[in-house]
Amino acid sequence: MARMHVETTINGESAEFLCQPGESLLDALRNELNLTGTKEGCNTGDCGACSVMLDGRLVPSCMVLAPEVEGRSVGTIEGVAQGDELHPLQQKFLEHAALQCGICTPGFIVAAKALLEKNPDPTEEEARYWLAGNLCRCTGYDKIIRAVLDTAAEMNGTNGAATNGAAG
Amino acid sequence: MNERKFKHIGTRPVRPDGVDKVTGRANYGADIDMPGMLHGVVLRSPYAHARIRSIDTSAAEKSPGVKAVLVGTDLPDLPRDLKGGPENHVTLADLSRNCLARETALYHGHAVAALAATSLEAAQEAVQKIVVDYEELEPVLEIDQAIAPDAPILHDHVRTAGMRGDLPDGPTNIASRIEFSRGNLEEGFADADVVVEREFSTPWAHQGYIEPHACAARVGEDGQAVLYGSSQGQFLMRDLCVGLLQLEPGKLKVVPAEIGGGFGGKTTVYNEPLVVALAKKSNRPVKMVMTREEVFRATGPTSASKMRFKMGAKRDGTITAASASIYMEAGAFPGSPAGAAAMCCFGPYTFPNFSIEAHDVLVNKLKSAAYRAPGAPMGALGTESLLDEIAREIGMDPIELRLRNAVQQGDTSTLGMPYDRIGFIETLEAAKSHPHYKAPLGPNQGRGVASGYWFNAGMQSSANISIHADGSAVVACGSPDIGGWRASMALIAAEELGIPYERVRPVVLDTDSVGYSDLTGGSRTTVVTGMAIIEAARQVIDELRARTAKMWDVELDAVGWQDGCAVGVNGAGDNEPMTLAEIAAGFSATGGPVNAEASVVPAATGPSFGTHICDLEVDKETGVSKVVRYTVVQDAGKAIHPSYVEGQMQGGASQGIGIALNEEYIYDEKGVLENPSFLDYRMPVASDLPMIDTVIVEVPNPAHPYGARGVGEIPIVPPLAAVANAMSDALGVRMTDLPLSPPRVLGALSEDV
Ligand code: FES
Ligand code: FES
Repeated sequence: MARMHVETTINGESAEFLCQPGESLLDALRNELNLTGTKEGCNTGDCGACSVMLDGRLVPSCMVLAPEVEGRSVGTIEGVAQGDELHPLQQKFLEHAALQCGICTPGFIVAAKALLEKNPDPTEEEARYWLAGNLCRCTGYDKIIRAVLDTAAEMNGTNGAATNGAAG
Repeated sequence: MNERKFKHIGTRPVRPDGVDKVTGRANYGADIDMPGMLHGVVLRSPYAHARIRSIDTSAAEKSPGVKAVLVGTDLPDLPRDLKGGPENHVTLADLSRNCLARETALYHGHAVAALAATSLEAAQEAVQKIVVDYEELEPVLEIDQAIAPDAPILHDHVRTAGMRGDLPDGPTNIASRIEFSRGNLEEGFADADVVVEREFSTPWAHQGYIEPHACAARVGEDGQAVLYGSSQGQFLMRDLCVGLLQLEPGKLKVVPAEIGGGFGGKTTVYNEPLVVALAKKSNRPVKMVMTREEVFRATGPTSASKMRFKMGAKRDGTITAASASIYMEAGAFPGSPAGAAAMCCFGPYTFPNFSIEAHDVLVNKLKSAAYRAPGAPMGALGTESLLDEIAREIGMDPIELRLRNAVQQGDTSTLGMPYDRIGFIETLEAAKSHPHYKAPLGPNQGRGVASGYWFNAGMQSSANISIHADGSAVVACGSPDIGGWRASMALIAAEELGIPYERVRPVVLDTDSVGYSDLTGGSRTTVVTGMAIIEAARQVIDELRARTAKMWDVELDAVGWQDGCAVGVNGAGDNEPMTLAEIAAGFSATGGPVNAEASVVPAATGPSFGTHICDLEVDKETGVSKVVRYTVVQDAGKAIHPSYVEGQMQGGASQGIGIALNEEYIYDEKGVLENPSFLDYRMPVASDLPMIDTVIVEVPNPAHPYGARGVGEIPIVPPLAAVANAMSDALGVRMTDLPLSPPRVLGALSEDV
């Protein structure tokens, strides 16, 4: 089958790739662009391991067709840290031991970042419902939720409400 | 025992592999890519039970891009008595047939053929061209059906192994039966003031690791094959694959990838031997990644169980007798955790009279695999539910009842072995005095408590420590890091050597590069591989002392080791202490590089105990329930990295809560799994759970140099019962069939009126 040529923006940089018309964005990221930080847990939109930002919206990349990102802007886990400087969420996940095996972690960080951009001061309940689309089987979520709430508290305390850094 | 003051053990540093994992840089099984790599896929049986008359692969072989095709008979036909795997417990002829069926397809989704092609799409297209001629057979889908005298038989050669009792001596689906007993059961029940008896059932439940099984293989220039992938043991993968493919161990190297969860489910092989065989056959690298549906249909969840428990007690709370009859569905090949359930179910208690019988039952479903403390959560459901009921009957606090019957040092386990120092009573006391236990309940809420026991695995481990010229250290092991193990490796080495945590680099190496280690599982790695690290570090220190003695020109016993420095003792006290870095700088002049390897196989590792408290809120209109508060109390002996100990406690509890409330395999009447997706196999999500409080009790384990105990498995043992007891408290009706899903809750409520 003829492959399609797609031009897009990924983590702020222009990118292009060839893909099958029916290929998912997840597969294109991982297999065509070697951005393997985005993980596959189910390929049916049920686990959140493949979470990315598409034009500033949180989406499961396994549920998006790769050709759909033509001319749009994609943000992945690889774009969350600035060089070797971790995003506060990444730092807090480490400090709180909010990961065990770590396979869910990229998806949680992308999803939590989207949450804090939309709602810089979520309650525990809001965080739990926002992240309900991300499965973690190792942690029981306790330390993940704490890491997210602690990040929000720190960002609000030290950085005010600076939430203008949309990745996608 | 040891009153040692620790400097690093018990602290909470950031894990060494953390940055890789929060930035997406860490490579898991599916992230492997090699030039010219093929993609492998599997053809699976559409029937739960069918004879394979023939397989025609000719059309598939001609399909575009196909480079190699494999069917069961391409694998070596292994003798039935050939064993492999951990402690040689695996019948390789069965495992081979589970990886690729030979004579019979034994469950819906059973692999019958595999092929590799130049793209995944080409492979998926080609595999449909394989023509299998099946003769459909009647499937055996339930325990009662499987053990009936006229049941269809899965394997003609199977006879009941173990203590057969009065079971007949012919072809059977009861693969084994074991018994444990103590005292005189009849007298014990005759002594009781109260006797309760219940039947329980639990469903097939999947480990639910988020990373599907993934592996890749290539054949190297020297004829050695290399297998990459995520698993709970690179040596385990190697041994199983060389056994199945009849290779010399040196002809296969296994390189561990990061692993995205296992919980026991990645302690066996599925595609691994196939990917090696396909790589050899095609002479190209091959990768195989399961889909989530394949994970659900064709890997190894934990067994469904049917159990009958009976217990008698005096009004003062003394349990006088208890019995348990346990049946578990092994799936298509022998090996359910029925025996472990039997070993553990009365483990926490001093019951003077008991009898337990456990049966491993073959059915036409996928082959069960280990799942975190295999069998123990089901056994605990029986014991802890009846204890709860007795406490109500005699009007005693349920923790008090457990305290009256709790095992302590000197009491004997179910197997008759005396317990050394253990911390069960301490967990009960900590639970009893926890604010949670006294907090008032809201409307429609119930509270349950339950305890559990797990014996923890020992087995073999190795570790290697080498010292760099700048005095930093590399510690290398063959145990995969599933949940923060590298942090523990570094903490242990830092503690022994007396150098900062950051000066230790922990690495997990391939099977050619480090001494043999058994799997990461059985709650053994931090304890047992940890012992190997301690041993290797002590050897390194002895050598560093010897080098210092040489430099100071004194006897070895005039050099001590303190806080990462060689210090003069026994008359050599005038010498300035030398830091590890200073000693290392002189290695070339004092005898060359310093490194040490140690291997251990401990005789005992010490068991673990835990006690959980669960508050459940039930909506009696809809039957929906929610855990609103949960506390896990556990004896960790000595927590090496408390955050990861807490993480194990919280993760284990939430998996148990999932089995208790929602998770189950649902089959249709033909043995087809109806819910092979995360949407329909409902694992807890963040909004289903509250924060999970943890209390780490530390009663030092005499079997470990730091007093540490295994912590990974015990937290999944009590939750099934803790949730069921909370449900009974909330409803006023005892529920004994898991999961306690909304329809079941409504059913129980309507029966009650
Ligand atoms: S892989 Fe996309 S949601 Fe699971
Ligand atoms: S850390 Fe393993 S799934 Fe979340």
